Amino acid sequence: MEALIKILEELHPDVDFRNEKALIDDKILDSFDIISLITEINEEYGVRIPVDEIVPENFNSAEAIYKLIQKLQDEE
Amino acid sequence: MSRQINILEYLENIVSVCPDKICYANEKEGYTFRQVYDCARAIGTFLYYRGHYKKPVVVFMKKHPKEIIAFLGVVYAGDYYVPIDEEMPVHRIELIFGNLSPEAVICDETTVGLLKKFNYKGNVYLYDDIVKTAPDDSALREIFDKAIDTDPIYVVFTSGSTGVPKGVVACHRSVIDYIESFSEVLGINSGTVFGNQTPLYVDASLKEIYPTLKFGATAYIIPKELFMFPVKLVEFLNEKKINTICWVVPALTMISGLGVFDKIKPEYLHTIAFGSEVFPMKQFLLWRKALPNAKFINLYGPTEATGMSCYYVVDREFTENDVIPIGRPFRNTDIILLDEENKPAAPGEPGEICIRGTSLTLGYYRDFERTSEVFVQNPLNDLYPELIYRTGDIGKYNERGELVFLSRKDYQIKHMGHRIELGEIEAAIGRMDGIINACCIFDDVNKKIVLYYTGDCPKTDVISFAKEKLPRYMIPHVVEKLDAMPLTTNGKINRLLLKEKYMNEKKGAEKNGSINKNS
Repeated sequence: MEALIKILEELHPDVDFRNEKALIDDKILDSFDIISLITEINEEYGVRIPVDEIVPENFNSAEAIYKLIQKLQDEE
Repeated sequence: MSRQINILEYLENIVSVCPDKICYANEKEGYTFRQVYDCARAIGTFLYYRGHYKKPVVVFMKKHPKEIIAFLGVVYAGDYYVPIDEEMPVHRIELIFGNLSPEAVICDETTVGLLKKFNYKGNVYLYDDIVKTAPDDSALREIFDKAIDTDPIYVVFTSGSTGVPKGVVACHRSVIDYIESFSEVLGINSGTVFGNQTPLYVDASLKEIYPTLKFGATAYIIPKELFMFPVKLVEFLNEKKINTICWVVPALTMISGLGVFDKIKPEYLHTIAFGSEVFPMKQFLLWRKALPNAKFINLYGPTEATGMSCYYVVDREFTENDVIPIGRPFRNTDIILLDEENKPAAPGEPGEICIRGTSLTLGYYRDFERTSEVFVQNPLNDLYPELIYRTGDIGKYNERGELVFLSRKDYQIKHMGHRIELGEIEAAIGRMDGIINACCIFDDVNKKIVLYYTGDCPKTDVISFAKEKLPRYMIPHVVEKLDAMPLTTNGKINRLLLKEKYMNEKKGAEKNGSINKNS
């Protein structure tokens, strides 16, 4: 989880990613961020996020993103 | 048919042909040609009654079909529209207002509050109010009859190297010339259904706005959020039966790169035009494989020559090491390649891409100096006045006689479909208290903007400052503090050295990383 927070903070150092729950709904992340995030997650965790998991629900909070990573790691 | 002088003739002609067909739409609502016609004429009448004639009128609205109607309304009034967007930082909008001194701004409910942030004292009109004006046929006819085809219709602002954006002024004639040639190349007709991706405040949106009126086609504005969620995006294309798109390359590679085609394919898409940057071949091949019968068109051109100037229709197989050419100029446009001595480049040799033709815009707004630097007398002609536009791009002809783009001459880069002067980022950062020097380089391998600075500000403050002052696509991805800037012998910041250092460190880090993993 810490590594993920670090990735997110590099994108937006001014956002409190531990508590923010509406990263998509409040337009904090944009399409550039999503693409960088998917690449960085792949490099850090070695998981490839399948395209049908790239939906707003999975990216609204650090927790949701982390849950997705864990789920994908378990599937491997 | 009599010759066309005014861009509005497209709308005037088509409204009686298919008045009830949807012209412009978004995910929720559509406007018929009749509605577009009536609303635009209402706005034109209103502006005329308020005494705005032959003036810049700022359109500051959220991306919506109404915004396009407002543009057309401004042209009906004999004025020229200047689109501004809430995505632009306050500072940039202030510079634009400073350059324009506009006396009228058209807003919607979502932007009227934002306008208070600027020191603007002129008239503010709400779209929903002014659209209720009863059109005055004789007044509009009089404006129309007086207009000539070299009168301006819009000013769009592009990045400027000194940090001050440049307002490119285009007239009826250059836009008509562009739309005619562009439509011919893409094969636009009344069955065309556009899916618009590019912002309405850049000239790229001309591709959807005017051919839709010329042919009685339909243009959907695709919600911006969909470009984050590619499966939903393709579902939208299918739902609206979108068959023609003119997108920036990153929007296309997002779909192919994330593996969308394994799940879903665009079912109606038959014409795909792209531009703004080089299409990575691997991604292009994925598109071609997914849509083998579609027509793919590479477009190239600067805002200063009204949208696009060159095209290449993909007509052969490409392999991963090839580059897609930018092909040849549109009809009624000519390209000359000039070497460093202003002579025509030798066959196969690189030269600066220079453009000749009616598609040249009028130049930069209230900036004769910067206009005369790039809109210059054709150096190959010493017999009579003839302007060319120097793009600053370097190109060459390949062995097939097709034009190929090579690089930028200066520090202007293309990133995420936007044209960025690195100097503008530096100028913005340089205005921060405590910053001594700022220098940007572009890592063209990993597509990252890297900012180096000297001074006593923490990195996080610099990033926050950048976010406040710059549009999102211009915010540096990597920020590094240096103790001192490396300088060249004549005292300029040594960009080449910085870039070399950055790229070497990057390479070194990758190497070390792989060693660690193996051990």
